[in-house]
Amino acid sequence: MGNLIYLKDVVTLELDQEKCVGCGMCLVVCPHEVLSMNNGHAGIKNRDLCMECGACARNCPTEAVTVQAGVGCAAAVINAALGRNASSCCCVLEPDDDAGSGSIKSGVFNPPKCC
Amino acid sequence: MSLPSLRQPFVEGSIQTRVGSVPRISSTLARADRLGSIKARWGIGRMRYTVEPGLYALGDPDKQAPVLVTANYKMSFDRLREALPGRHAWILVLDTNGINVWCAAGKGVFGTEELIRRGEFSKLENIVDHRKLILPQLSGPGVAAHQVKKLSGFKVIYGPIKAMDLPEFLDAGLKATPEMRNKTFTVKERTVLVPVELVSVLKWALIILPAFFFLGGLGGKAGYWAGALNYGLFAIAALLSAVAAGAVLTPILLPWLPGRAFSVKGLVAGLITAIILTVFRAGNFSDWPGRAEMLAWFLMIPAITAYLAMNFTGASTYTSLSGVKKEMKWAVPLEIAAGAAGLFIWLGSRFVI
Repeated sequence: MGNLIYLKDVVTLELDQEKCVGCGMCLVVCPHEVLSMNNGHAGIKNRDLCMECGACARNCPTEAVTVQAGVGCAAAVINAALGRNASSCCCVLEPDDDAGSGSIKSGVFNPPKCC
Repeated sequence: MSLPSLRQPFVEGSIQTRVGSVPRISSTLARADRLGSIKARWGIGRMRYTVEPGLYALGDPDKQAPVLVTANYKMSFDRLREALPGRHAWILVLDTNGINVWCAAGKGVFGTEELIRRGEFSKLENIVDHRKLILPQLSGPGVAAHQVKKLSGFKVIYGPIKAMDLPEFLDAGLKATPEMRNKTFTVKERTVLVPVELVSVLKWALIILPAFFFLGGLGGKAGYWAGALNYGLFAIAALLSAVAAGAVLTPILLPWLPGRAFSVKGLVAGLITAIILTVFRAGNFSDWPGRAEMLAWFLMIPAITAYLAMNFTGASTYTSLSGVKKEMKWAVPLEIAAGAAGLFIWLGSRFVI
């Protein structure tokens, strides 16, 4: 089976070909073959396969690739909406491990439930 | 920051380097390591399943041996070492608070800063003569390769997604095939994620199931035990079926369920479940409370399965945050409305009609 595809036309990935130097790092780190290389410049080949992990943007030396990176996790969105201390990723406190025990180390972040 | 201890159960002695002794590990997993993986999959002690960060020696690495970087989640560490039987390599374990590579990279914990700091602290520049670090490809969201090069002099080379592809990657002169770079979500990969989802749902079920059993007996005209054993037991069957459909079958059957949104996939699984239960419950439809009860489950079961399916987006390997937000905008209100309406009708069928 090929790649699974999520919702269409939602992804925030952008590529500025003017800034692209053609190093190809974005193609290397992308886990879903979203990008391709044509004539020494990267291009977006399969936009709807993008999961907005942000690896391409992070590894682009010229900031040619941009994306509103995040983790596509419903539990994290709910936590953020409820104002719980777990906004950035799929981080849900596991009651077993953390309730009352104060084991959240130095308040850095909460462990993810769902990754 | 301290060096990794030699007293960890998987450490087999140490080797001497120019900068001191480094704990040695083998690629062979012990029974305790395998058992640990299984327990973590079931959510048992998963948040404390760690190894101490720092440098380890796999086999007998020398100054030319490759440096492989991983997270300090023990499952990540074990997958890496077991993929390299008979090989000699340095393993640099970053402190990711016991979180796996991809999730930690998504938070930036497996990141540029920690990589540089851990490499410096481990005196890597004195241990190896080359200046290359092999990172798992899925650490890309956290690590900026060009910055690592600029700040530390080490060149980041993204290896394959799966540790098991490393031997082929190393033998090919650090070249990955397109297949190694593509994150799949096969039926096996989906199935191993089911237990941890299931465990977190069943914790709630321990409270909710007895409540329905208790309420099932209270209403109606037939007396407490007759009601509890009829409506209460059916409620337990319906709720457990919903959990099985939403948290077990939906993940496993994911590509074959219709719809792109996970909530839609879960909704379909829930409607099928409700129809099957209706067939088994047909004998109970002679009076209005019996009919109202089934209507209630036709609302509650799909609400539960859609919600559980939606929650599986966090475990999936291809959902974007933009997509999840779009899906939730309509799915969450519908799930709450259907669940509340179903509960209301069910209570009505027991206490009003």
